[in-house]
Amino acid sequence: MATSTIVIHRKKVEVISPTRQRATGIIEILLGVLIFLFFRRTEPGMVARFVMTPGGLDRGAAPDWLIPAYSTLLVLAILTVILGLVQVWRGFGRWMNLVLSVVVGLTVFSFLTWATAGKSLNLVGMLSAAILLGVPIILGAFSGVLSERAGVVNIAIEGMMLMAAMVGALVGSVTKNMWVGLLAAMLSSMLLALIHGVLSIHYKINQIISGTVINIFSAGLSSYLSAKFLQTYQQLNNPPIFPRIPIPLLADIPVIGPLFFNTNLFVYIMLISLIVIQVALFSTRWGLRLRAVGEHPKAADTLGINVFATRYMAVLLSGLMAGIGGAFFTLGSVGRFDEMMTAGKGFIGLAAMIFGNWTPLGAFGAGLLFGFADSVATKLTILGTGIPTQFMAMAPYIVTMIVLAGVVGRGQMPAADGTPYEKE
Amino acid sequence: MTPVLQLKGITKRFPGVLANDHIDLTLNEGEILALLGENGAGKSTLMNILYGLYQPDEGEIYVRGQKITVHSPLDAIRAGIGMVHQHFMLIPVFTVTENVMLGAETVRMGDFLDREKTAQRIREISERYHLEVDPYAYVRDLPVGVQQRVEIIKLLFREADILIFDEPTAVLTPQEADELFVIMRELVKQGKSIIFITHKLREVLEISDRIMVIRRGKVVGETTPAEADKAKLAEMMVGRTVRLEVEKEIAKAGEVVLEVRDLVVADAQKQITVDGVSFDVRAGEILGVAGVQGNGQTELVEAVTGLRHPISGTIRLLGEDVTHATPRKITELGCAHVPEDRQRDGLVLTFPVSDNIALCTYYKPPFARGIRIQEQEILKTAEKLIQDFDIRTPGPLVNVGNLSGGNQQKVIVAREFSRPIRLLVASQPTRGLDVGSIEYIHKRIVEKRDEGCAVLLVSSELDEIMELSDRIAVMYRGKIVAIVPAEQATKNYIGLLMAGVSPEQAGAPQVGERVVESTL
Amino acid sequence: MSENKPKQDAGKVFLEEVTGQSEEAQRIKGWRKTGRTLVVPLLAIFTGLVFGAIFIVVTSEDVYAAFRVSFGSGMATVWKTIIQSYQALFTGALGDPARIISALQSGNPLEIRRAVNPILESLVNATPYIFAGLAVALGFRSGLFNIGVEGQLFIGAAAATAVGIFVKGLPQIIHAPLAFLAGALGGALWGFIPGWLKAKTGAHEVINTIMMNWIAFRLTEWLLSGPLTRPGSGGLPISPIIEKSAEIPQFFPPPIRFHLGFFIALAFAYAVHWLLFKTTWGFDLRTVGANPNAAKYAGMNITKNIVLAMTLSGALAGMAGANQILAVNRSMALGLSPGYGFDSIALALLGNSTPMGVVLASLLFGALRNGATRMELLYIPNDIISIIQALILAFVAAPAIIRTIYRIRVPKEAEEAVFTGSWGGGNK
Repeated sequence: MATSTIVIHRKKVEVISPTRQRATGIIEILLGVLIFLFFRRTEPGMVARFVMTPGGLDRGAAPDWLIPAYSTLLVLAILTVILGLVQVWRGFGRWMNLVLSVVVGLTVFSFLTWATAGKSLNLVGMLSAAILLGVPIILGAFSGVLSERAGVVNIAIEGMMLMAAMVGALVGSVTKNMWVGLLAAMLSSMLLALIHGVLSIHYKINQIISGTVINIFSAGLSSYLSAKFLQTYQQLNNPPIFPRIPIPLLADIPVIGPLFFNTNLFVYIMLISLIVIQVALFSTRWGLRLRAVGEHPKAADTLGINVFATRYMAVLLSGLMAGIGGAFFTLGSVGRFDEMMTAGKGFIGLAAMIFGNWTPLGAFGAGLLFGFADSVATKLTILGTGIPTQFMAMAPYIVTMIVLAGVVGRGQMPAADGTPYEKE
Repeated sequence: MTPVLQLKGITKRFPGVLANDHIDLTLNEGEILALLGENGAGKSTLMNILYGLYQPDEGEIYVRGQKITVHSPLDAIRAGIGMVHQHFMLIPVFTVTENVMLGAETVRMGDFLDREKTAQRIREISERYHLEVDPYAYVRDLPVGVQQRVEIIKLLFREADILIFDEPTAVLTPQEADELFVIMRELVKQGKSIIFITHKLREVLEISDRIMVIRRGKVVGETTPAEADKAKLAEMMVGRTVRLEVEKEIAKAGEVVLEVRDLVVADAQKQITVDGVSFDVRAGEILGVAGVQGNGQTELVEAVTGLRHPISGTIRLLGEDVTHATPRKITELGCAHVPEDRQRDGLVLTFPVSDNIALCTYYKPPFARGIRIQEQEILKTAEKLIQDFDIRTPGPLVNVGNLSGGNQQKVIVAREFSRPIRLLVASQPTRGLDVGSIEYIHKRIVEKRDEGCAVLLVSSELDEIMELSDRIAVMYRGKIVAIVPAEQATKNYIGLLMAGVSPEQAGAPQVGERVVESTL
Repeated sequence: MSENKPKQDAGKVFLEEVTGQSEEAQRIKGWRKTGRTLVVPLLAIFTGLVFGAIFIVVTSEDVYAAFRVSFGSGMATVWKTIIQSYQALFTGALGDPARIISALQSGNPLEIRRAVNPILESLVNATPYIFAGLAVALGFRSGLFNIGVEGQLFIGAAAATAVGIFVKGLPQIIHAPLAFLAGALGGALWGFIPGWLKAKTGAHEVINTIMMNWIAFRLTEWLLSGPLTRPGSGGLPISPIIEKSAEIPQFFPPPIRFHLGFFIALAFAYAVHWLLFKTTWGFDLRTVGANPNAAKYAGMNITKNIVLAMTLSGALAGMAGANQILAVNRSMALGLSPGYGFDSIALALLGNSTPMGVVLASLLFGALRNGATRMELLYIPNDIISIIQALILAFVAAPAIIRTIYRIRVPKEAEEAVFTGSWGGGNK
């Protein structure tokens, strides 16, 4: 029996190009120099006081964290430069991206230490703000992950969130019930998702255009209703807000307790969604089929998987996630609707999804990072660093462009993302 | 005994075409039925109907005597029908296990995938049918032949007993094809029944028990390998006598036109695919490059035509170094290129025929004056070439995408051959065309040679290489393993070289000798 | 036949996908053809307006009040509301016909100007649409989806404002064009970056232009509260008023704002048409757009053409911003654009990505935007226009919806288009 195999082997030229390796090293050295500049602007004896208990909370208290800014910054600067030099010299191989993230983290920490030197900063308060700022971003990113993993590009996250925010405020005010408001918000964005689905799956129009339709439409409709009713009748724009819900025992853990277990319902929903989506996508039949449809719809079709139904389901779930994210604005934080109040959070969500390489876990991390950038931006003015807040607010967009350009390793987009499926 | 499968009066109309015209087909248990027909004869349409991808306009399908309706692939799978598609239906970023289980997953605790259980089943199937594969390998890392095995395992995993193979040998070496045939024999022995779709006569005669020939959507005849020979089958398939050989004189090779030395080229994934290749092509000769697809031919052609930068080595065209020249520069030196994938590279489908005819020379007089395009000149030239090359189109302003494959290829040939050229690079020039078109293109290529043009012909159809070439270069894993004069080349010898057997082991062929199939 | 079916490759059919039209359809002349190509856009506009009317009625308190009285009075109020609203839209956009006639009869030039001012104001509204629509259309023709027109417009506006404020002492004939050029360059830079990234790294221009939009918004926020802020504005993000010499002239005394910029826009529409369809550069751009592989095969420089297309597209978008600053607003604030950048996608589709079509669609959108101000007097927020525009965009992008609603048969050439039968041995 002839079962010998003829295998076509090819030589790999190399795994990581030397240019990228060197570029990464140079970036690391530059960051080290930046830390050194922070060091130069501090004086011996300056102490950065990081408060580790958020204001207004009595559970999960922890002692303040005192850091000698001068010496810490010097050590970190030298360490970072050394890491950079090693990277240029011989490279960290497959640990390259990990080392880079560590260096970036050290830089951020150094920046905070410098900014806080001689002052005090409520670090946990800032992190807690970062998580809350990250909620709509992360839920938006989950929305994107669900739909794009099934092959439907969703740039309408922003529009869906905006509509949900408005409907949540309106219905929440009318019924004086935040749960009904949340439900209505979810339904409204799922309705928009259904339209996106019909246009892009059934009518097969370009998915970017379909997303643009939704964005223009919901901006118009939410502003229209807001101008006509919400601004005129204040009682229509005064929904109840979800309160803080401490989880017994867990809420008392220092630092972690206040951050994750004594907080808003939306944070809990976000954490649960993270686990559920991550497991469902990669360990269940449901997820396998959904991803198959996003990678190679024809192959899925030949195996009896209903491509259209799967895509509709994914897009509707995407709408559901965006709806919760949108409701957070009015029912979870502000307590009223203002025109265009999502202010690009949906698009940052899109960015977080890309940055997180189309995985829930990655999107979560990226969303936290972007939320952190946002929270640092608001603190910058208070700390008086002289850096315009707008520049911090740009960071997520710039970082995403850098990632897309493949500087830090290119992500793996679902192969059939954005392509309508034509059944023959 | 009831046949395993019966199709009665299957009819399918597409706008303007009758793809299947009352086709009847019977498949008996444990046989291999070959479905033979040209490209576009309607074989794939028929099989897609059987597999539930198309709905027939008329006709009935019976499995083991029971009438079934097939609205979707799911219905087909349930009826025990499985298909190995011409273009593999595999997801590259999934593992073998995930690909096999998709749509028929083994789960536990509700909806959680039980990968190990499926992997176990795959190992069992591998063993039973001699289909070696690693269940946890990612499909994107597997060679084509193994990917095909995964496709077969997919069917066996679903316990299909009617197996359809749609042009399965298109991507295989003759030796890999022979291996596939062994597998098919094994499958039949274990009770499966197979429909084998192809347009290759040799394979039909070699493997099938019964042959059904389809032409222009109709069954035109049935025969067996014992009763038929190549000439008869070809005639049935095409509907007239076919000259299987191209008539051509002995080449009068002149000066060297293309000189390639130690060429190294990497593909888009930065893998070396052309690894130190050297050869010459002379004026008035055809150098054929044989090899299984994916052994570096694509990159070789791209490097020669300037579409891809070589890593090292030199390319000289008419004595001038063009190693790093732009495609335009190479074109202007007199190189014509019939690209491998005409729709991808050679044509702009949404542009009219006229603009496609001007595609390579639109910027030069008479088509342009300064930066202004001269539409009238382009139209005039297009009308003339449509006449000269017999392009079937309602007019020069019709979009090329609306023409048939053969006519699309003729637009490329018209554009490339109507220029004064010294070198012709033709890559898979007849892929997917009907016999008439193939004959026409072959004739034109030989004509160019006789005019003194140097021709570099790349094809994965060994027959085509054997018919046209004056010398044959065989590529394997990025190297040219041998260059053989046409009169010394036998199909078997070239086939062995294509499969990676070294020239010494393959045994230097002597004219007329049939090399014994010792390796199998 | 299935074997001969052209591959449905995303890149190849991109233009047809976004425009719903093939190149061929545009070349074949004749009124019947023109009529047919116009049917879907016209019905899309009409249907959009019908849906708009439904929105107005459903959200009108008067209607609900009237229905509480009786069904008859309810229906009457529905009609009254629709007619009043659209009358306001119409007279707001094109002026009151009776007033125009009487003004013409009186022969009083001031009165005539006032009577026709709504039309002129519609043209003022159409001008940024023309620039922005051309930007998107040029991108589409080159196979690029420039969704970043809004950001490019903001950067263009900021650049024009900067030149308008800080350059002093130049005559208008130099200063105004210079400021306009600065706007174009600003937009061009904002288009160049994603273009270059696409050409060099393959990063998708849609995502990058979205990101560039938000970078532009943040950047202008900073500029207007920092380097470009108006002294004494008390922290409001607004720029000083530009120099008199940087203004693009208006033709009539205020409040009539009709200005030279409209004709500049028309000139650029012609220029884009000429570039795309009459020159070798345009042939390059369109080929790269329709099939980059074939373009490379034909010896075209893909990188150059992608970068060029995005840069030109960005420049046109920047001009839209510069025009608004130099000809209309005379200073910059964050509320510069009511979404010109995103509406322009609808414009380009409605105009089938041809400059002429973009101009016509812009006139329509300009009139709608302008007419909406009159509707606000009836307590109908002008956001209704965004709703109508979104619907028009959906209908133009998916003509099948329109065909279903109005039961229009699929154009016959779609079927004629399949030519099978080959030559050689194929024929009897």
